Amino acid sequence: MNGLRYLPDVVTLEYDETKCNGCTMCVIVCPHAVFTMVNKRAIVSDRDACMECGACAKNCPEDALSVRPGVGCAYAILVGKLRGTEPNCGCDDSVSCC
Amino acid sequence: MTKLDPQKIESDSSGCCSPGGNLTGLSLIGEHKQSDLLIKARIQTSVGEIPVVDTELKFSDRVGIWKARWGIGRMRFRVTPGLYAVGNPTDKSPVFVSANYKMSFDFLRKSLSGIDSWIMVIDTRGINVWCAAGKGTFGTDEIISRIALSGLDKVVSHRRIILPQLGAPGVSAYQVKEKSGFRVIYGPIRSADIPAFMQAGLKASPEMRRVYFTLRDRIVLVPNDLVASFKYPLLAAIFLFILSGVGQGIFSLNRMLERGPFYAGMIIIIYIIANILPVILLPFLPGKSFSAKGAWAGFLAALMSGLYAWNHPGIFGNWPTAAAWFLICLAVCSFVSMNFTGSSTYTSLSGVLKEMRLAVPIQIGTAAIGLILLVTGILI
Repeated sequence: MNGLRYLPDVVTLEYDETKCNGCTMCVIVCPHAVFTMVNKRAIVSDRDACMECGACAKNCPEDALSVRPGVGCAYAILVGKLRGTEPNCGCDDSVSCC
Repeated sequence: MTKLDPQKIESDSSGCCSPGGNLTGLSLIGEHKQSDLLIKARIQTSVGEIPVVDTELKFSDRVGIWKARWGIGRMRFRVTPGLYAVGNPTDKSPVFVSANYKMSFDFLRKSLSGIDSWIMVIDTRGINVWCAAGKGTFGTDEIISRIALSGLDKVVSHRRIILPQLGAPGVSAYQVKEKSGFRVIYGPIRSADIPAFMQAGLKASPEMRRVYFTLRDRIVLVPNDLVASFKYPLLAAIFLFILSGVGQGIFSLNRMLERGPFYAGMIIIIYIIANILPVILLPFLPGKSFSAKGAWAGFLAALMSGLYAWNHPGIFGNWPTAAAWFLICLAVCSFVSMNFTGSSTYTSLSGVLKEMRLAVPIQIGTAAIGLILLVTGILI
């Protein structure tokens, strides 16, 4: 990632290795190579690279993965705080949107 | 585009189209008129005529992309959901799924040059693949219902659809398979890698599966970010313009006209710097949090203008004013850079929440002290 790494020890990614069936789906969908296959099982090899997009959890057929998915966007968090809602990119008003 | 079978395809040179609302999506909505000839022909299938699209982007397509980058009509930059054909596809040709943001669609068709295939555009309300996946509109349910609506199972004899990998946060591949019978294959992240992906037998290399954030990736985002929030520095500029007229004798119009442009101009310049400098220097700025990186960029900009002021004494008037601009520059650069997390490709929600808890109070405090000093500078 050309030297770009975000804050360490913050992500909510949880993984229960015992449930893994070796389908490799998490390795395929992760855009930051958080997972590696070792002995036909996925392992979390780079946890701090996780951006909590939720692709792995959504595509794990064994429910071995969980993460609080969300967009790491300060603007969305500010809008959410001001409106008293969840982080919101302001897409409802169709003016500006990520 | 490859050769067309004249018996299967009618020319569409007249530019006329069948009525809208057709399930196979024959028309384009938004600012793109049907006469734009994105559709170069039609192909006859068992579910009716399907438009054939060009794999070359025309000048008008490039103008459209440029406008979207500047935030002009971006939410209307859409393609009608439904099936499209590329080249001369058969029932065995691959199916690519795309968002109905026209830029997503354009990049996909451009990379399908020489690949006879189908494109299934799903309704993401004009949002790009990754953002729509995050919101769930590029999602499992939409794909399942679009397969049914478009009659894809009658158009192709196989049961595979190729999705962009960045659609995965919204799509559960095993659920799509369960409910529609179609197997989801995640293709590469960048559409430019599709030819290599096809050649490798629908296999993406680890390199194709990783998202980056290169200088080019970052720079293309600047115009939209700059324009999207421009109203805030504009309001601040108007406020400071008026404020600059305040002083001994309460308010002087002459004083305002004399000093106002400087104060208004400064805040606009700082805003522009804040949108460009941290973005360019991102990998080289100290710290991991975007607010820290932004503050460093602001420090650098302030240092440079300080050097300039050294050679042009009196440009800031007095020392409280100079100190005020220094602090305001730090706060604005830090804040704007923090908001760039949303445009970045690698920040997590948990991380952004953590950095904001620390950064926002400091930014507000710094800006407040800056404003007090600015008013002090105006009054003395």
